[in-house]
Amino acid sequence: MWFLHTPLHDTHREAREARMGLFTDLRDSISRAVDRMFSDSEPKRIGIYGPPNAGKTTLANRIARDWTGDAVGPESHIPHETRRARRKENVEIERNGKTVNIDIVDTPGVTTKVDYKEFLEHDMEKDDAVRRSREATEGVAEAMHWLREDVDGVIYVLDSTEDPFTQVNTMLIGIIESQDLPVLIFANKTDLDDSNVQRIANAFPQHETVPLSALEGNNMDEVYGKIAEYFG
Amino acid sequence: MPEVTPGETGNGVQIDLISGARMEGLTSMEKIRLILDGVRDGNIVVLEEGLSPDEESKLIEVTMTEISPDEFNGIEIETYPQTGGGNKGFLGRLMGKESNKKLTVIGPANQIETLHKDENLISALVSRK
Repeated sequence: MWFLHTPLHDTHREAREARMGLFTDLRDSISRAVDRMFSDSEPKRIGIYGPPNAGKTTLANRIARDWTGDAVGPESHIPHETRRARRKENVEIERNGKTVNIDIVDTPGVTTKVDYKEFLEHDMEKDDAVRRSREATEGVAEAMHWLREDVDGVIYVLDSTEDPFTQVNTMLIGIIESQDLPVLIFANKTDLDDSNVQRIANAFPQHETVPLSALEGNNMDEVYGKIAEYFG
Repeated sequence: MPEVTPGETGNGVQIDLISGARMEGLTSMEKIRLILDGVRDGNIVVLEEGLSPDEESKLIEVTMTEISPDEFNGIEIETYPQTGGGNKGFLGRLMGKESNKKLTVIGPANQIETLHKDENLISALVSRK
């Protein structure tokens, strides 16, 4: 039997295909959510987020070196040294006889503004500074995309010598909470004299704050214990 | 008070106070466009009811893609921090118990500077272009 090729048939077919497409999308979406919730075999992707210069890469390198022997990326006191999200896969952390398998995602520091002139203060030529600022903006956009789509949990790193009541911190914590992602707040740089961990704990009382110095390796036992507890 | 048209602000700084009702019917990208178009013209945009966390995330992302040396350095944005240990969880949000409504001030990064901020006060310095 032949069907006349009429717009009506097209309309019905398109509607049926649209329904099928919706159903497939819904099924895939549910399947992904279930996989994410119940899969023990797949490593959890843990994003290391925070403002620039909080010590995210230093922490990522510390974790990676302690458990795999390799580093994740270069560290620097110049803001926006990390301008691409970097993933270190299959980091196995052992705690209390249990092994937790995670992928560490070191992300560029999140900000709402980037001015290349700031880099000129670090003895950089204008061309290099402009290129660095362009890469930094791409990196921040990429980090936001990862947060919405591709991480299963967040370590939020703050410099404990700085005021935590900033808009970026408020917004980022709000965004993480809205995604229902498990989050640990790490108060870094406790080796410095003006470190104030309590100020961070007071700013975000709804989350657990863990003090550490990623540079000196202070309090890493508690850090790994909490990672295993929250993301295991 | 005599009315001036946009572009006739002279040495002043234009402040756009956008009501919740004005934003209500807009999609996320329309809201972001409305904000960034205003800010890129050098205006201070005040939102009566702010943005959702997802919209804030997209605002950061779109802002980053528009930054251009010597032209646009990005935005300064201020809202009050969430108070009272606020994470009400997924169920709370599902039941509509959590509100995103929070006064939000957004301006060009090179024209607005936050002087002080705490749970219930935002003090900012706004300068001309």
